[in-house]
Amino acid sequence: MSVETVWKELCVEHAKPSIQEVLESGKFLVSGEIGPPKGPDIEEVIHHVDLLKDRVHAMNITDNQSSVMRYPSLATALIILERGGEPNLQMTCRDRNRMALENEALFAYTRGVRSVLCLTGDSVPVGDHKDAKSVFDLESVQLLKMLKTMEEGMDLGGNEMNAPVKFYKGAIVTPEADPIEPQLIKFEKKVEAGAEWFQTQAIYDMDNFAKFMKTARQYPIKLQAGLVLLTGAGMAKYMNKNVPGVFVPDDLIEELSAAEKGKAIDVGIKIMARHIKRIREENLADGVHIMAIGKEDVVPRILEEAELDINAL
Amino acid sequence: MIVTRKKPFEAILKELEDAGSVFLIGCADCATVAETGGEDQIKEMTEKLTAEGKEVTGNVIPETGCHELDVKKEFRAHKEEVGRADAILCMSCGAGCQSARDATEKPVYPANDSIFLGNVMRVGQFEEKCRLCGDCVLDLTGGICPVTRCHKGILNGPCGGTNEGKCEVDPEKDCAWTLIYQQLEREGKLDRMRAIQAPKNWGPVLKPGRHVLERDKGGE
Ligand code: SF4
Ligand code: SF4
Repeated sequence: MSVETVWKELCVEHAKPSIQEVLESGKFLVSGEIGPPKGPDIEEVIHHVDLLKDRVHAMNITDNQSSVMRYPSLATALIILERGGEPNLQMTCRDRNRMALENEALFAYTRGVRSVLCLTGDSVPVGDHKDAKSVFDLESVQLLKMLKTMEEGMDLGGNEMNAPVKFYKGAIVTPEADPIEPQLIKFEKKVEAGAEWFQTQAIYDMDNFAKFMKTARQYPIKLQAGLVLLTGAGMAKYMNKNVPGVFVPDDLIEELSAAEKGKAIDVGIKIMARHIKRIREENLADGVHIMAIGKEDVVPRILEEAELDINAL
Repeated sequence: MIVTRKKPFEAILKELEDAGSVFLIGCADCATVAETGGEDQIKEMTEKLTAEGKEVTGNVIPETGCHELDVKKEFRAHKEEVGRADAILCMSCGAGCQSARDATEKPVYPANDSIFLGNVMRVGQFEEKCRLCGDCVLDLTGGICPVTRCHKGILNGPCGGTNEGKCEVDPEKDCAWTLIYQQLEREGKLDRMRAIQAPKNWGPVLKPGRHVLERDKGGE
């Protein structure tokens, strides 16, 4: 039985093109992000999936993001598939050793997940299970390589599997990392390890991003600019201080501060829409990845203001 | 050296709740440097336990607490004091504690937590630089250990958590991969950082470790 037959029998009829298909057709890839809930009540997630599934090409599902224990990313990916969306499974190395990661890749593949974003993962002490043992048996480069190995029909123990898997393999890069040079070496290693497309950490400084893209364009990869919705000047300042590799320039902070009370999020939406437009107009990237952390409901508005309708691309 | 940290005295009292009399064992090596099991600490512990109404039957500070033959010898030499004690309180590392375990049948309790294999930076200040992984990669990383000094033990370059050269888990700690990058750049050996490192072999030493030196078999 071919894998496609298995997928169909197991309920997945892909309603949407894969990320790879969108990118390779030359379309501007738009993805959103779903943060699984804390606990078994998945009503809101389903609501967000339904809200986004026809407005974005794909949805990232975070994997115990910020080391906070949540509903599993793979389970959420399956919900997205069942509801006719396209999932982009995030896999981190913090909670599973190489065998468990291989298990998850096999599970995901046989259930119709077609793209995986490979991350090292945040450290345990930043999250809500500070006493947990962190794993990090692999990290992002080795996770990419693991998938590549499995695509050759082998596992990491050097044993042959009964069939190969196939994924479109993604990774992340931080254009604002300080220092940047070691980060660029890592970026190159990810490409070498098999990354086919990248999403960036949140970017706000478009000039700096354009500069970074000059370097990134030299590699045979596709890249989406990562955009995080700013909900106020306070959040921007907080990110500058606390989130490594994120830099919100002063003029944006001023723009947010000048907003009327309760209206800062509107300014945040405006800023993101403006950035999306510029990225498209100047062809700075192959797509955008929109992270509206907790504010998924406003994503349709962002897309509207950015005049970005994926069904019209 | 093995860096140890004192357990709170209340926790030690809890361990010793059934014991009216106690024999103390320290260590003249690491635990003395860490100020957890040297002469001064043994004296202090004796006073505190006595104040709590316990009898301290005696003490011994072996040259090296994890040298089992030495510890056995010391226990034989202090047979009478050990014999009168209800329990043994070990003011060394966990390894020292288990040397005592094998030297007596009495209950053995730890007074310290063993926290890491540490370098002495200056008096009273220790840093972990090697975690004894069994498969040393320092040749590839400019002599700076990513297995230990990178919080995530990453072998292939920095994670996204580096912030101005510091680590995401603690702004006081240098990001190991920033240090490795700088050192390899100085050496003109960045190609070592560019090479992809395979997943680490965690099995070169079967846990618990056991190692026997091959003695010369005569002839040479
Ligand atoms: S790689 Fe690091 S942990 Fe392993 S033996 Fe070398 S210094 Fe120690
Ligand atoms: S910031 Fe540096 S030291 Fe800390 S986990 Fe990331 S790579 Fe390792």
